[in-house]
Amino acid sequence: MSKLVHALKDALVSAGLRDGMTISFHHHLRNGDQVLNQVLAQAAALGVRDLTVEASSLFDVHLPLLDHIRAGVVTGLNCNYMSGGIGRAISHGVLAKPVRFRSHGGRPDAIDSGRVVIDIAFVAAPAADPMGNANGVMGPGACGSLGYAMPDARHARKTVIVTDHLVPYPLIPASIPEDEVDYVVLVDSIGDPKGIVSGTTRITRDPVGLAIARYAAQVIEHSGLLQDGFSFQTGAGGASLAVTQYLKPIMKRLGVTGSFGLGGITGYLVEMLEEGYFTSLLDVQCFDLRAVQSIRDNPRHCEISASRYASPGVRSAAVNSLDAVVLGATEIDTQFNVNVHTDSNGLILGGSGGHSDAAAGARLTMIVAPLFRARLPIIVDRVLCTSTPGSTVDVLVTQKGVAVNPRRAQLRDRLRQGGLPVYEIEELKRAAQALTGVPRVVRPQGRVVAEVEYRDRSLLDTIRGVTGK
Amino acid sequence: MNIVSQAVAGTLESNDVLVQVGPSPGGIQLEVDSIVLNQFEDQIRQAVLDTARELGVQSARIALNDRGALECTIKARVETALRRAGEVSP
Repeated sequence: MSKLVHALKDALVSAGLRDGMTISFHHHLRNGDQVLNQVLAQAAALGVRDLTVEASSLFDVHLPLLDHIRAGVVTGLNCNYMSGGIGRAISHGVLAKPVRFRSHGGRPDAIDSGRVVIDIAFVAAPAADPMGNANGVMGPGACGSLGYAMPDARHARKTVIVTDHLVPYPLIPASIPEDEVDYVVLVDSIGDPKGIVSGTTRITRDPVGLAIARYAAQVIEHSGLLQDGFSFQTGAGGASLAVTQYLKPIMKRLGVTGSFGLGGITGYLVEMLEEGYFTSLLDVQCFDLRAVQSIRDNPRHCEISASRYASPGVRSAAVNSLDAVVLGATEIDTQFNVNVHTDSNGLILGGSGGHSDAAAGARLTMIVAPLFRARLPIIVDRVLCTSTPGSTVDVLVTQKGVAVNPRRAQLRDRLRQGGLPVYEIEELKRAAQALTGVPRVVRPQGRVVAEVEYRDRSLLDTIRGVTGK
Repeated sequence: MNIVSQAVAGTLESNDVLVQVGPSPGGIQLEVDSIVLNQFEDQIRQAVLDTARELGVQSARIALNDRGALECTIKARVETALRRAGEVSP
């Protein structure tokens, strides 16, 4: 038998692509991905219509998707995150049916449980063999972990491996195993390596960002969690990343050896693994070349599926063993609810990713954010969109000091005793507004263009469309 | 102060404002473009008009391209641009 088909178009035909189907994509190739665009172009050429795209995340490289929406090829969209170019078009109403936003944990739960049925999963594979064993650590488009593609490949009615690096059978290691694969297609390129991983992810040099990161590391130090076995997750954003830089000397001084670093993995966490600050990394997505090399070469750097990373529906997920997580926010309100879906005008420019999953799982959830960005205060009375409920957020860290969720009175006392400047969140809000002035609150009034589904399957919020620019 | 020539102050960096001024046939002609127009348009206009009045400028064309500058920054940039373009009447 052979699973090899000669062209992407043939794979679509063989897999039985028809009007109204749901097709899925993963985002490890990030802003370098060409597979989603290639598949949709072929689907359009075949005259297929009314597709639902189930993508773990969308980037501006996927802007051609908007033309397929306008043409009726794509009429439904589910994802965990979308970049600003796609988000703006959604906010302006390009898609009649509301986008369904999930989280990196909610999406695999929906797929594993059968609530979302994928007709055809397309796996962009940096390396594969003719039977469909695939991994992300070899080939010109190496991206590291393929964690987000795993639930799709396991549960889709048909799974298509798309690769530009075909190797003899059997490919080892196989992140996606052959028993889940129906077809394999060799294409010229699955994507542009420059957009797939940044050469290096760099820590912010902004003094405000560094001040926030220093306080965040001190919060961890005085939280009571920084003991042997400590586990940690941080985003790849400027200030989030800088926290690792300040955490390291603290762990050294206290002689603490951590257990695992989790999430999207950067070179900074790899460095901490190699220097013995953590004994392992659990990796659902690699953010830079150093992480890609490490997951390939270091057996303590372990690839995990999206389900194991963050799904609320599995027997246990890694986020539930997490001590501390550092996350960002475009807005946070005085009830500690966080918005990472829209900007201050209500335009979509993001999504949960793993934000709400890590916040729910971790013992200590920290939001790092400046008091204001470009005159816009980050602390508001009510967020434009609730992406992560305030009940799962423990501490806000700003350049002026920290605010602790009133539910965590003991933590607040610990941080005060540790010498941190602790304020009420209302005080930080007023401190910011003393500098910026009080903004007029803008709330979009259009029809619902997106729905935010929380990881417990409830409808957390809806996002309305924005008219004008 | 009379505005007799064209002048600029500021930059298009985030948290700054680019101010361009020049002579006007009469009154203050103010154009504001800002990434925070929805939130702060009234405050931005007021800051510019206050600054012009404090300098005794009665007629000028003033254009702002604002990248989220704080009020103190807006006032400083506007004052600098007006002083560069003006001459104090004898």
